[in-house]
Order: sequence, then C-alpha cells, then structure tokens
Amino acid sequence: MGRVHSIETLGAVDGPGLRMVAFLQGCPLRCKFCHNPDTWDFSAGREMSAQELCDQAKRYRRFFGEKGGVTFSGGEPLAQARFVRECVAALHRSGIHCAVDTGGGVASPEALLLLDEADLILLDIKHSEAGGFRELTGGDPAALDRVLERLARTRKPVWVRQVIVEGFTQSEEQVRAMMRKIAGINAVKIELLPYHTLGAHKWAALGLSYPLQGVKPPEEKAMQALRAVTRQRVRC
Amino acid sequence: MVMDPRWEGFAGGAWTERIDVRDFIQRNYTPYQGDESFLAPATERTRRLNEKYLELKRQEMEKGGVLDIDTERVSSLLNYAPGYLDRENELIVGLQTEKPLCRSVNPFGGIRMVVSACRAYGYELSDTVKEQFKYRTTHNDGVFRVYTEKMRKARHTGIITGLPDAYGRGRIIGDYRRVALYGTDRLMHEKEMDLKRLGERPMDEENIRLMEEVSRQIDFLSRLCAMGAQYGCDISRPAGTAREAIQWTYFAYLAAIKEQNGAAMSLGRVSTFLDIYLERDLRSGRIDESQAQELMDQFVLKLRMTRQLRTPEYNELFAGDPNWVTESVGGMGEDGRTLVTRNSYRVLHTLHTLLPAPEPNLTVLWSEDLPERFKRYCAKVSMDTDSIQYENDDLMRPRFGDDYAIACCVSAARIGKQMQFFGARCNMAKVLLMALNGGRDEKSGDQVGPEEPVIGPGVLCYDEVRARFDRYVSWIAGLYVDTMNVIHYMHDKYAYEKIQMALHDTDVHRFMSFGMAGLSVATDSLSAIRYAKVTPIFDERGLVCDFKVEGEFPCYGNDDDRADGMASALCHQFITELRKHKTYRGAEHTLSILTITSNVVYGKKTGNTPDGRRAGQPFAPGANPMHGRERQGALASLNSVSKIQYDDCRDGVSNTFTITPAALGSDEESRVDNLVSLLNGYFALDGAHAAQHLNVNVLNRQTLWDAMEHPEQYPNLTIRVSGYAVNFTRLSRAQQLEVISRTFHEAM
Repeated sequence: MGRVHSIETLGAVDGPGLRMVAFLQGCPLRCKFCHNPDTWDFSAGREMSAQELCDQAKRYRRFFGEKGGVTFSGGEPLAQARFVRECVAALHRSGIHCAVDTGGGVASPEALLLLDEADLILLDIKHSEAGGFRELTGGDPAALDRVLERLARTRKPVWVRQVIVEGFTQSEEQVRAMMRKIAGINAVKIELLPYHTLGAHKWAALGLSYPLQGVKPPEEKAMQALRAVTRQRVRC
Repeated sequence: MVMDPRWEGFAGGAWTERIDVRDFIQRNYTPYQGDESFLAPATERTRRLNEKYLELKRQEMEKGGVLDIDTERVSSLLNYAPGYLDRENELIVGLQTEKPLCRSVNPFGGIRMVVSACRAYGYELSDTVKEQFKYRTTHNDGVFRVYTEKMRKARHTGIITGLPDAYGRGRIIGDYRRVALYGTDRLMHEKEMDLKRLGERPMDEENIRLMEEVSRQIDFLSRLCAMGAQYGCDISRPAGTAREAIQWTYFAYLAAIKEQNGAAMSLGRVSTFLDIYLERDLRSGRIDESQAQELMDQFVLKLRMTRQLRTPEYNELFAGDPNWVTESVGGMGEDGRTLVTRNSYRVLHTLHTLLPAPEPNLTVLWSEDLPERFKRYCAKVSMDTDSIQYENDDLMRPRFGDDYAIACCVSAARIGKQMQFFGARCNMAKVLLMALNGGRDEKSGDQVGPEEPVIGPGVLCYDEVRARFDRYVSWIAGLYVDTMNVIHYMHDKYAYEKIQMALHDTDVHRFMSFGMAGLSVATDSLSAIRYAKVTPIFDERGLVCDFKVEGEFPCYGNDDDRADGMASALCHQFITELRKHKTYRGAEHTLSILTITSNVVYGKKTGNTPDGRRAGQPFAPGANPMHGRERQGALASLNSVSKIQYDDCRDGVSNTFTITPAALGSDEESRVDNLVSLLNGYFALDGAHAAQHLNVNVLNRQTLWDAMEHPEQYPNLTIRVSGYAVNFTRLSRAQQLEVISRTFHEAM
C-alpha cells in the first residue's frame, strides 16, 4: 500500500503527452519554494494499493496516446519506492509509460531500482552546491549525488528541471554549475522554471510561515538569459 | 438524363438521374491528406471588405446591438431590392434586407415578439405590417388557441422553458447544395413529380397536408429563382463555376433566413461539396489558390452578416446574437476515405483571414481516422481562436451515414432527408423539487403538477424520494410531448419552412427533439439524498425551501460510477418516458443534454437544491458537471460525461471544456500534441464511453476578466459556450461571470 495525496487526471506538463499524475504523500525535503507543502507529512493522505492506482490509470488510457502515461510526483515518490515499483510493474503489464518526478532526496536500494524501472525520470535539481542545497531544502545533498551516479550509469532518459529562485539559483554561474552537475546523465530535456508564489497560501493554511516572503519571481527576460546558458552546453 | 454542360469534368452516376448530392460528392471529391502550407492569405479586396463589415459591426455594438431595422416590410424572398456591402468588391452577393446588418421583421412566429423587439431597440413596427397581421394567424396565435392551463403553468414556472411557441423553431437544414448542383428548374420538376405521385394516394389528412406543403415548396423555389435574378444570376440552371456554386448555395441559404427567423439556421456540410467545384476551376486554371480562398472568405463573410431580430428576453436564453450558421467540416466517408479536402482547411482558415468570430459555427467531425495533419491543424486553430467545436464522427456516421450535418449545436441529421421538431428543454432539477413539494412550484407555490402531499419532515429516504421523482418524471414527459405536439402542429400550419423543406426529399424523416437541463444538479441532488443525510427545511407555506446536508456524497464529474451511473440512468429514464407518448406526424423522439446559455436563466428560476446549490445560482451548461465539484481533474470529468449513452440522447450531449494554455503543455508543439490526444481520447469508442461533443477553449481566466473591463480592446474575442461560439463582449454581465466561474483546468 502507498500513501497518496491526490490524483490529477490531466497532467500535460509533467512528462510527455497527457498523463495521470499521482501526487504521493510525504517528502524528506523542506524546500523553501515548495508549492505543495501539504504533501510533506508522511502520515497524511490516503492509502491506496498499486492495483487501485493502476485500475484508475487504465480508465484514462485512451487519452494517453503514444506518448502519455502516468507520472509519480509528490511529495517524493522515491520515498515510497517499494509502492511505486509495484505500480510501475503493474502499469507496464498494461503497456502504460511511467515517469517519476523526483527531487533526488532518497537513494535507498529500492529507490535506485525504481530509477532503473521507470521509463523516464523528471529530476528536479534543487541546488547544485552542497551548502546551497542544505539551505534551500533542509536536506542532505548526498542522496542526489547517488541518484545522479545511478542515472549516469544506466543512461536512463532524464528531464532535468531547476526552479530559478532569486538569491539561490538565479544566476548564470548557478545554471552553469547545474549543467556541470548533470553532465554525465542522459538529459534529454532541460527546463528552467521560474519560482512562483502560487503555493504560498498553502503554507499559511498549514500554519507555517512562508520563508521566501518578499522574494520576487524572476522576470521573463532573466529566464531567457538563463535558458540560453543551458543551450550552450547540452543539446536539448 | 443528359449530362448538363455545366457538369463537364464531373463523373456521372446516380446523382444525374435523381436528386442525390451525396452520390455526386462521393464520385467527385478529392480527399486531402496534406497540411495547411498551401493556404493563401486574405486578398487586399477581402481585407477591405472585411474592414467595412467590422466597422458596421462596431457601430452596431455602439447602438446597443442592433444597427437598423426595416419596420416597413415583412421579410420574405422578394420583398427587398438587392442590397450590397460594397458592390465593387463583392464576389458573393446577397443581403437579407437592402442594407447590410439591417434587420428584417418576421412576424410569422408571433407578432408580439416583433413589436416588443422593435421597441427594445427604439423602433416602432409600421402600421402597415401591424394591419396586415391583424388578419393573419401567427404560429404564436395558433399555439395559444390550444394551449391548456397545465401547459401554460408548466411554461410559466419554467419547468419547461425556451419552447419555440413564439418564435421560429429553426434547426432545419435545407440541402442548400442542391441549388448549386441542379438549379431550381430541376428541383421544381422533381417536386412536381412528387406531387403527381402523392395525388395517387388516398386523400387522408396527412396526404392532403403534404400535398399542400409540396405545392408551397414549388412556389418558393420559383421565388428563390426570382431572387437570384434580382441579383443578376440565373439559378434556374446548375452552377458552372466555383464562384457560381458558392453563390447558388448562398442564395439558397439566404432565402431560408429571409423566410424564417428560426432559432438555429444551420448551413449543413457544404465545404467538401464546394471543394469539387474549386478543384475543377483550379485544375483548369480558371482560379488560383488565392482566389479560391477569396471566394470562401467572401462566402463566410456573408454568413457572418446574418442577423435576426430578437427580444432581450430571447437574448437572455441564447446570448450573443447567435444564428448557429453551423457548418460541419471533415469526417470520414463510409468507404474509409476521409471527407477532409483542401476546402476543409480553407473554411477553418477564414478564422485567420477574417479574424476569429462565432459564425459560422465551425464544427469539426472528428474521427480517429482523420488525417493526422488535419487533426493538428484543427488543434492549432482551436488554440488560436477558441472558435471550433468537435463532434464524434465515429459515433454518428454509423447512425446517420456520411452525409449528415449538425443543426444548431449538437443535433445530427442526414442532409435533405431528416428534419427535426425542435423542443427546447425541461428543467430536471425543478422536477425533483416539484416532486418533493407534491407538484407545487417551490418559487410561486402554485400547483403545477399532480397534487400529492408535500414530503414529510426528517432525513429524506432515497427510495421514497425516488418513487415520487419517477412519478413526476413520468408526468412531465407526457405534458412535454403534448405541448410539443401543439407547437409543431401550429408551426407547420402557420409558419411552415417552405424553402428549407423544398430542399429536402418529400418523404422526410422527422425527429421530435426534447431536451433536459440541470442534469448535473439533479444527479448530484439525488446522489446527496442517496449517499449523504439530507433533511428538508420547510417554509411558512409548508413547502420545502432548503436542505441540510450532512456527510459526503459522490458528484458527477469525478469518474465515479455511482454518480455518473445516476446521470446516465436519468437520461435513459427520461427518453423512455417520452417515448411512451405519441408524437405529431409520427416523429421519432430524441433527447439532447444542451442548454446553450439558458443554464443561467434555469438557475434563476430554480430554488435551493439538495446538492447544496443555492437558489438562483446558474446550472452547469449542457452535460457539464457542476463547476467546482470536479476534484479529479479534466480527464475524470471527460470520462463522466462520456458515459452518457448517445442512443438515449440522439439529439446530442454538449460538453464545454476550458483549459489554460499553461496546463495544456509547456510549448506550442506539445500543446498541439496534447489537444489532439485529448480529442482522440474523448471520442474513442471504448466500452462504456461514447462521447459526442466537445467545445474547446484554450484561454486564461485573466483574459476574460480583462475583456469584461475593457470590451473595446477585445472586439473579436470569441469563446465556445454550450454548442456554439459567442463574442465574449456580447454576453450580459451575469453570463460573463458565469463563464468565468466555470471550471478552468489549470496546471497544479
């Protein structure tokens, strides 16, 4: 059984094609820009079996077409790797494409096997330096390195993402550092996403104070300049 | 029959021997598998013409929605001298009146409506017309001579609303192509033969009526021919060129809208037919692609100039001045070849050449087997213009063949072979409230339905409510059929569609098309009573006026079979009840789940409902789930709607889908991909799922807020509502707010 925060049946931006997105409950990281802090708590959400999840996905199969499928997001799907592996196996039996959307915060043996078994990894590089990573996420950067090692070894296709936050990742230097960090993996797509404040109200609703109060989302021009940096090194 | 010289280059066949446009198309059209790169931009001439039109349209808006009314004459085919927008630049000619956008008066449906419509815009109907109609029975007069007290009450309380008892029923599509292919002489000749044949039958009431109708059809074909002559065209003979084919087809349509102020005056399925003529002229070098586009642009511009005079109350039901000049595009042939031609592209391309607009109501007949490039082009045009609706050809083709068209929003019919008696809709949420209140209207307190005691206090017992509800559904079905019979008897008698029916086979199949509003409210209310604890609250009259709801209940729109099953069962129940009652002229009963924009008015007329909806709040449009209750995202919602069985709702199941660009994909390419996947998925016939219709809007809520505040900056902002498209700025504020409050599928 797994713990699921919610299911969004139409995901069109979390992997290729139309996808059912399962937001898993529980995350070891505490990213300051998190827009889903309601997915942190491992004890919240509802229990669901792999079979149930798979049955639900099959209801939307006719929409998936050739590219779509299911994306496991969160929360941190690697933290429930055993459950997600079970789901992936069941979905694969039905020929459904599976993507895992992770922050690389977990590197258990089970999590590494999940990385092998999923068809596509959406990897969120929170920060490319150990200090910055700790400060921004409150987590241990070592797991991310192990995840990257594994992905480099297996040549698994990865969509790399980074959220651009002023004071943390919003500089050409930081983007270059990120590019160096992912140099060994099979990054088929690199997306820089502007930090946004749409999740701030959720912090308030949970009685938490929002740590990035006053930090402005980057302007489109700044984003374009940073995106240009990603194109210098790696073919998208 | 000898081949007419104007048919040179066409493959002959059965169509030369008898009136058979489909056979002509099948033998002569050229399927197109390519992409849109061949399309030409608007010519300078078209641009100038369009600017002239847009300027008049702007003036029309400034004057409160009506530019001018000709109050002196009654609209008909020959009552006006030829009119022009810009004679020198017009390739396709013909106006409803003598001046562009000037509206005609058409009192055959009812004189009172015309008088009040004129007054609403500061005009007075001329004494001449008033005097003429003193001695004439209108459709409306006829209906009210027969309406019973029960019918009047049902109408007054709004349990049945929007009935075509004071205006033209519309939803009849003449096969306007016949005029281009055969010319009026041949069509008249065929009708004369039919008349002779009918003369051999026993003279019972049905036969006498039909014979009189056919002679009136012949009379109007000769008037159509004379109307063409006014504009210098000899349409007694077949069209010889593409320009003539378009012109002849347009004249036939123009005659229909001069004769009838029907609610929906749809065009049919002309673009692939016209492609045959355009291809012939392109091949012979008579025209090039730019000229082909120009002809289509000018045709479409004329269609956009269609105007009818309506009252403000009418506009409240059907907002934005719509005419449903619906054109069905694409689809597949029964032999497996696609019916997509270059002209399918051209007609969609008019949304670029002439800017986006609600008319004609472009309806793509979607099939899994449509050429991939055409699917992608449609998706692109949808994203750019929000002006296309999609309907499931794979669902309709087995039932209607491959030469059907959509009337109004979602009503399919074989062109020239089937017609419908349009019947507005019954408010199912109100039927439920009436059942609880023992037949009394929850608003006025009037006894409208059969008298029973008001339901007792305490938590509602589902079985008890259900038994009551079933009795009232059965009652309203009978009353509804009877009311429709009266209406259509009188419409045939006093406002018969002579030219449109002249462009049908004489032995026509008739549908009687009923409708249901409030499907999601009624379903969720029944679900609440079944799965949660619902306690009625009574007012001082002793009527149920509100409900206390405790606990959770499944809502329609979440792909939860408990609620969705109730919705589809409700549709099945209603059509089954309707079918128990005999219809006028043996018409086949059909049902639609479609509200146009009347979901706002229905909501106004309905009290608090057990699903938690407050009195006066709008219903969801058509078959849409109630906004804010879809918690599983868009695909779950689409799955819920596609469980409604088309064979229960043969008149169509309307669903409007709005998504923000950001939620549809991260770049243009993937948005196109994803929209194509969404349409393929929704229309896939997969076990329990068989969806019929989808309106697609790809836009941001912010755009709509901005357009509300600065309408002048958004003169062409078009959005799909329920089965049609409107200029957003022409909606009332209440309707605009309702559109904005609908579910927009957004990225998480």
